Amino acid sequence: MVVGVLALQGSFNEHIAALRRLGVKGVEIRKPEQLDNVSSLIIPGGESTTMAKLAEFHKLFPALREFVKMGKPVWGTCAGLIFLADKAVGQKLGGQELVGGLDCTVHRNFFGSQIQSFEADISVPELASKEGGPETFRGVFIRAPAVLEVGPEVEVLADYPVPSNKVLYSSSTVEIQEENSTPGEKVIVAVKQGNLLGTVFHPELTADTRWHSYFLKMAREVGDGASSSIVVVGEEDPGLNQQPKIDLPVFQ
Amino acid sequence: MADSGVVTVYGNGAIYETTKKSPFSVKVGLAQMLRGGVIMDVVTPEQARIAEEAGACAVMALERVPADIRSQGGVARMSDPQLIKQIKNSVTIPVMAKARIGHFVEAQILEAIGVDYVDESEVLTLADEQNHINKHNFRVPFVCGCRNLGEALRRIREGAAMIRTKGEAGTGNVVEAVRHVRSVMGDIRVLRNMDDDEVFTFAKKMAAPYDLVMQTKQLGRLPVVQFAAGGVATPADAALMMQLGCDGVFVGSGVFKSGDPVRRARAIVQAVTNYSDPDILAEVSCGLGEAMVGINLNDDKVERYANRSE
Repeated sequence: MVVGVLALQGSFNEHIAALRRLGVKGVEIRKPEQLDNVSSLIIPGGESTTMAKLAEFHKLFPALREFVKMGKPVWGTCAGLIFLADKAVGQKLGGQELVGGLDCTVHRNFFGSQIQSFEADISVPELASKEGGPETFRGVFIRAPAVLEVGPEVEVLADYPVPSNKVLYSSSTVEIQEENSTPGEKVIVAVKQGNLLGTVFHPELTADTRWHSYFLKMAREVGDGASSSIVVVGEEDPGLNQQPKIDLPVFQ
Repeated sequence: MADSGVVTVYGNGAIYETTKKSPFSVKVGLAQMLRGGVIMDVVTPEQARIAEEAGACAVMALERVPADIRSQGGVARMSDPQLIKQIKNSVTIPVMAKARIGHFVEAQILEAIGVDYVDESEVLTLADEQNHINKHNFRVPFVCGCRNLGEALRRIREGAAMIRTKGEAGTGNVVEAVRHVRSVMGDIRVLRNMDDDEVFTFAKKMAAPYDLVMQTKQLGRLPVVQFAAGGVATPADAALMMQLGCDGVFVGSGVFKSGDPVRRARAIVQAVTNYSDPDILAEVSCGLGEAMVGINLNDDKVERYANRSE
């Protein structure tokens, strides 16, 4: 089985490394044609504005939207989740293009800048029941977004409490489309809708591969046997820099 | 505690994480999200917006780009926090800022206004010629420059969560950055093949902490994200640094000192993503207008910023 990882920018090497640990090949995707060769896709963490600009240049948006519409499994972490969301709040001036598909509203940089980045143990009952392991997962939140509200078809897999005296990230030049973006006591940090999975934290930065194997199970349920037996993984870049990037360590 | 006769070793957190409030993993985590991206120097909110529109993954906010610091001279210090705050409010991508080497109070101020990364930079005038900042004392992550593997590991032991090559900033001349990247990568290649027993002497020669040298040997790379910096002026330069093995690129004077910053910024972003695809590199290098003029380093009168600190 081959999983595509959108390799425009960000933590795609980390995702490929996590997949490798589970014995699955991850393929870097930069062009629309390459999407034809994979049956599932991971959109990694990084800067969603950068990825949007590069996706425009590579004419990837139509292909990505088609991929989602065909019901193929897609997992977005952090910036990837922003890509998949139907609506994003806190966008830069001029907005940014989204792939859409996940019926939710996501707030960019919800927790603030890097100083507010943190690690927390979040309760993941659904994951623990499907994958085993402890009831909590070490979530790494790096300038993370948060899901403010979800549509009826979306399953909430994890949420996180927000301290009530927190000042919401806002700025006069950033478009905030919601009138009162008060999140209540908790914000949603992991969602699933059909074959779309979204997490605002970064499982690829930890040694815990349960989210990756959860996604792979989603991919296997959909994947068919016949067409993926002969896998042409697109043209390899001609002879330049064939060495794979060596993985960064995971700091516990 | 003092009477119990037990002595606490390494109590100040330099080796062990004594508090869980700002674990090293969170500091490195942001750098991992910047991989494959371009970080651009900007001096105004308008430039910051141009950089964001072009696809920069972060901006470095400063008052003067290195090329101007060179031409104007004088003492170069941390920028006015108000400017940095304005830039921070104008974009949604991470904002970095520079502090002088050893000037931990400038770093404290930058942390207080909420920058995402502090660059302890040799481009600014040194504040402490003997010591760098003890970066473990801060919640904000630091990026530091290096010319070789020993320097990189010394900065990491001090607490840097991201490393860049020093290059020769503000010259538009990539030769020094290439020298530094090749030095680091070359030493890592030597280390990978070395007998474990020889690593003690290697660490001594490099003046680097033994535990980090061993960690580097086992990993086959630096334990943190490594970017290239110093003199990148064209998409070809950026792709060169990526092919040499860097995780991303800083572009300082190279963008906004060129003839057409908007096009050049976009071209460099695309070059870094598609660094091994010559067709795309050729396409984005066409019609970019004038690159920054730059300085030829054969002239002895050019001050070498990279040699200012060890």
